[in-house]
Amino acid sequence: MLSEHCLFCHGEMGARVSWACFFEEAEESFLCPSCEAQLTEIQGETCQICCRPLEKLDPQYICGDLCYDCVRWEEDPEWKGHLQKNASLYLYNNFLKELISQYKFRGDYILAKAFSRKINEKLRRIEYDYIVPIPLSAERQFERGFNQSEALIREVGLSPAYLLQRTHSEKQSKKSRTERIHIPQVFELRAESEIKDKKILLIDDIYTTGSTLRHAAKILMQAGAKSVMSFTLARG
Amino acid sequence: MSNDSSNQISIIIEVFLLRFALIDNKLVPEPLLVKSTPTKPITQHDVIPQPPQNPSYSFNHDLQDLLKGKQLLLDDIPNSIQEIQAHYENGYLLLRKGITFRKNKPKCERCGNEAPSWFAVFPCSRCRESCIYCRKCIMMGRVSSCTLLYSWIENEHIDAQPFESPLLSWTGTLSPGQQTASAQVVEAIQGNKEYLVWAVCGAGKTEVLFEGIHYALLQGKRVCIATPRTDVVLELTPRLQAVFPTIQVASLYGGSEDRHKNAQLTITTTHQLLRFYHAFDTMILDEVDAFPYSVEEALQHAVKQARKTTSSMIYLTATPNSQWQKECRLGKRDFVTIPARYHRHPLPVPHFVWCGNWHKSLKQDRLPRNVMQWLQERIESGKQALFFIPKIDLIPKILPILKQLHPNIEAVHAEDPQRKEKVQAMRSKELLILVTTTILERGVTFPNLDVAILGSEDRIFTESALVQIAGRVGRSVQFPSGDITFFHFGKTEAMIKARNQIIAMNKEALEKGLIDVE
Repeated sequence: MLSEHCLFCHGEMGARVSWACFFEEAEESFLCPSCEAQLTEIQGETCQICCRPLEKLDPQYICGDLCYDCVRWEEDPEWKGHLQKNASLYLYNNFLKELISQYKFRGDYILAKAFSRKINEKLRRIEYDYIVPIPLSAERQFERGFNQSEALIREVGLSPAYLLQRTHSEKQSKKSRTERIHIPQVFELRAESEIKDKKILLIDDIYTTGSTLRHAAKILMQAGAKSVMSFTLARG
Repeated sequence: MSNDSSNQISIIIEVFLLRFALIDNKLVPEPLLVKSTPTKPITQHDVIPQPPQNPSYSFNHDLQDLLKGKQLLLDDIPNSIQEIQAHYENGYLLLRKGITFRKNKPKCERCGNEAPSWFAVFPCSRCRESCIYCRKCIMMGRVSSCTLLYSWIENEHIDAQPFESPLLSWTGTLSPGQQTASAQVVEAIQGNKEYLVWAVCGAGKTEVLFEGIHYALLQGKRVCIATPRTDVVLELTPRLQAVFPTIQVASLYGGSEDRHKNAQLTITTTHQLLRFYHAFDTMILDEVDAFPYSVEEALQHAVKQARKTTSSMIYLTATPNSQWQKECRLGKRDFVTIPARYHRHPLPVPHFVWCGNWHKSLKQDRLPRNVMQWLQERIESGKQALFFIPKIDLIPKILPILKQLHPNIEAVHAEDPQRKEKVQAMRSKELLILVTTTILERGVTFPNLDVAILGSEDRIFTESALVQIAGRVGRSVQFPSGDITFFHFGKTEAMIKARNQIIAMNKEALEKGLIDVE
């Protein structure tokens, strides 16, 4: 019933009958071809840490295979080495902005399905012990009714591990980069004993400055995690 | 790869839960429970008890203003949950379930949606259950099965305060056709009746409302004009404010500031109507025909909810759908026609011209010869034209062909970021021909204009769309005529009905002496 209409524009999907239908298992798709086409997958050379495409970046902000932002993070002894690597699926273009805003601010949970196939493909290539959603504050969680990162995990059929919680609420989008980086630790640990020597994969919807993920990575590494990687739907 | 879930750590996040206990026949939300009592989400409470009103309770007037005639979500109400609960317990708030179920099928009580494909399920942290939510009206805040709709319970007796001095400040005169309609509208409003004003494009239907609105306002009644398009709200607001200078007017559309204003006259998009509940004594619905049938059902739901149980309902349209036309013919619907424009000239009648398989021509980067000739003629005479096409996707094919004929040709569609600028360029005559999808079928007026449709057989061109498109031509007194050509690859019923409708209106106008014989 659901895949008759595009999850985003609600246009009819139309039956795509081809020879492939007889030979392959039909792939479930939730977006119509014209919406799907507006998503841009990240390809080509990217920063080896944060997955930022290097192609469009001014060469003066590239140092080897890293972007200048990551170089700065890694030069700082307080942050060095905490976040091993980030992988992101799509460029945060206007279309994805609209989609994500409908998904998380309007609370249209089911849009998580639109990404699940691609997310699954990516996650299969990452080795980890725990897959951990970036938590929301209690207020935010009530407001939305769900955690958008947790939903991305659930909709690919995985079980999230709740290793983190927010210490207090902060509206990230209203802050500048410096402010975001220098906020005091926003996460605290739950189930601390489980973390030692584990490979942790953090999940968030968007990587913007990387500050949220690095804060989470730092506290997990300090608790003895073996490594922390992250995956985000969009790379801002 | 390590996706095994055997040693997953599951911790339930503690959030404020929206579940209710039933205490002394009142619903009490979980955070306000003094001792621990079993709670259930709202879906599992069969009825919502409605405590009797306590007249000595000193209620919050701001909350009254916010919720009077509305149906809002908890998220729209800034007051504390304690204060909201106190108003409910003292009988000042009506609580209704956001989603109801009939034979296990969900219905959104706010927007009326019942289509299964417009619902989805999610694990809800508010009620800790699997919650069904409506995707249709999600842009106005999510209504899910644990959501309540909050309304104020009004005390009618205190509410209506009649005015004594006249409120209408308008010095114009009505044409004979308008006068007849105006008198009928007043009568319908007086008698709380349903009434249709069927006025041809360019008849001047807004003026027909003034007397009726005036009557309603004098009685202290709340009046609403609803229209599908924001442009119309923006255009009508200053006009009506000027006509009723002492009356408070709320102008509602997506992103407008007046959202919580409690005004005597509300001018709103039909979409914003969804926030109203038993609010209006007089409801005026403009351009009923602007909706495809499926959308119309949702609209009827919104209108029904926004009206008071006893209220009048005025429909305005240039092109009622065939069902309505039939009801008019059979005498099942009260209506009046204004068959002529105020300038007393007949409506220009469309020509049908067969243009063959124009899709095929387009594949070879050509347009049918007779279409090209029509365009060439406008270019030579320098007369402005709208060129309607059935689909946006055709623009990249068609526009380059037309641009070879003349540089001052542009194309516009609904999502065009430069839509306003292009329409403006057409107004200022910088553009000669504007290629457009059906978005310009109504609302826009250019004084001296010809119109053509390429592919008028497409099903997007319904009878009402075609009448509206034809209605763009000959609007001004200086240029009361013009050419309307429907280039088609096979005549459709909609085309024939549209032309017959125009011819019938001209005939009626002639019989009633509303047009001058040329």
